Amino acid sequence: MSNPNASGWKPEMTPSEDGLHNGPATVTGNRALMLEEPLLFEIGQLDETGVDLPEPRSDAPNRLGGFDRTDAIGLPALKEGEAVRHYTRLSRQNYAIDLGLFPLGSCTMKHNPRLNEKVARMPGFADVHPLQPTSTVGGALEVINELAHWLIELTGMHGVAMSPKAGAHGELCGILCIRAAHEARGDAREVILVPESAHGTNPATAAFAGYKVENIPATAEGRVDLEALKARLGPDVAGVMITNPNTCGLFERDMKAISDAVHAAGGYVYCDGANFNAIVGKVRPGDLGVDAMHINLHKTFSTPHGGGGPGSGPVVLSEALSPFGPLPFTAKTADGVVHLVEEENAAEFAHTQAFGRMTAFHGQMGMFTRALTYILSHGADGLKQVAEDAVLNANYILRSLEDLLDAPFGASGPCMHEALFSDAGFEGGLSTLDLAKGLIDEGYHPMTVYFPLVVHGAMLVEPTETESRHSLDQFIAAFRNVAERAKAGDEALKQAPYYAPRRRLDETQAARKPVLAWSDAE
Amino acid sequence: MARYFTDEHEWIDVDGDNATVGITDYAQEQLGDIVFVELPATGTMLDKGGDAAVVESVKAASDVYAPISGEVMETNAALEEDPALVNTSPEEDGWFFKMTLGDKSELEGLMDAKAYKAFCESL
Repeated sequence: MSNPNASGWKPEMTPSEDGLHNGPATVTGNRALMLEEPLLFEIGQLDETGVDLPEPRSDAPNRLGGFDRTDAIGLPALKEGEAVRHYTRLSRQNYAIDLGLFPLGSCTMKHNPRLNEKVARMPGFADVHPLQPTSTVGGALEVINELAHWLIELTGMHGVAMSPKAGAHGELCGILCIRAAHEARGDAREVILVPESAHGTNPATAAFAGYKVENIPATAEGRVDLEALKARLGPDVAGVMITNPNTCGLFERDMKAISDAVHAAGGYVYCDGANFNAIVGKVRPGDLGVDAMHINLHKTFSTPHGGGGPGSGPVVLSEALSPFGPLPFTAKTADGVVHLVEEENAAEFAHTQAFGRMTAFHGQMGMFTRALTYILSHGADGLKQVAEDAVLNANYILRSLEDLLDAPFGASGPCMHEALFSDAGFEGGLSTLDLAKGLIDEGYHPMTVYFPLVVHGAMLVEPTETESRHSLDQFIAAFRNVAERAKAGDEALKQAPYYAPRRRLDETQAARKPVLAWSDAE
Repeated sequence: MARYFTDEHEWIDVDGDNATVGITDYAQEQLGDIVFVELPATGTMLDKGGDAAVVESVKAASDVYAPISGEVMETNAALEEDPALVNTSPEEDGWFFKMTLGDKSELEGLMDAKAYKAFCESL
């Protein structure tokens, strides 16, 4: 068939420039087990089918009402085996937490325990449907309620909205609670304060909810400038959104003072809990005066993410904000029965001020079973160790590299769950991007780059608690090697990666002229 | 015609009652390859220091602020097709928008070329 991918530029597997790995060209373009893989549309035959269906009866009445198909559908048809091979081959070109250390800062790419998977696949959890009568899903409701209980317990809060589907969705839920609380007392406020050290989603959330966003600067040591924050508080400020631990990998020590000041000014405190894995079992955000905080189950509580599974972002709420939490939620009555509280029965459960719904249904059930499994299998002592080991591993990285790489907040004390470096001292025009590409050649997914914005050429490394000392040492050795090349101005690094299935991709061109859909050239 | 600079790395050329605004060479250097520019609609009223445009690079998305208050009269249509102009010619062909000059006193406190150069060197 002719080339149906005329719209899309696709890089080829190019020979290595050092000439050391150039064997004879192959007919297939494959290199032994490194397989070239065309697009699905290039494999499938448009005039074939992968499934045998019986011929329709010739006397069958036509009930399509004039909507009969007149043209070819244009979808590729593949045999089952071809489809399986296609995706398996693609998966071999991917990087995953099951293949190696995944140091993507701020993302918490930790091991997903197989026990979680076993429990989530139990038919009583895996095969239920949200529209089933609630009388037939008592076990699933019990799981949601039990998980809700432990999230409240671990955070020292009053209530929880389980339905948000991911971190940013949870942020929106929390901000809508804050808005509802202000509206309930007839208090129109239009500003949300967001420090520089917060997650990028925070200002986006506040703006999406209709608030005006104002920045609060960071101090030289990488924390919120408390005095600047206090100076800005006033009757127009609805609240603040603070990421704690923050994106510089530091714990916001002044959190309680911040909360007290915000409350005194009539505002509420939203805490971005994406980095809760650094403090779970050690600190209860409720004790720090937080009014709302989302918890990324796919980070702290080890459910899969990054393409491996959906996110889930329950939001814990203070006593002040709980009445405004969204429907539906679960509630256990004295007889031990867990109820699903929805619009019809909200009054029975004295929850009449809900701001609405975040989702049609209850939330990410598959993630709830996994997160509860993780919590119960670790226990209180185990969760505490999760935080301790996450912080220990990140500090091990920080102190193992800071003699070579600039650690802008290295003097601010121990870091939390992630270590932050800058590109200071790189020679020959080499950049953070070059170092990241060099790490690909070493067999690692690169760390988070150019974030947070407050650090030049930022490199944010989060090893997570599930890496062993041996694994960390290997990563540090690889990182040091590439960093030394960057500091020595090694020109060759500008061409990295050399050994990946694709050489350096033109990210600028991809962003400027994106090809988002396959189109048939014919 | 006089050129002024802000500490947020915008430049503004003032010509009588009209002004042209863009981002500085230093700014484009820091941002890296620009992939998208979102410009204000003609007729938008801008407040000094308020959001005026958004510039997106391979590294980050950043707000561009209005150096002064006034009304947007014209935007640089060439940037829609070719945002790379901001990299290749930030202080000429890569201009963002033209605006009215509402209040000349707002120019006070902006930097001249020499002061801006010293400011960048201090960063």
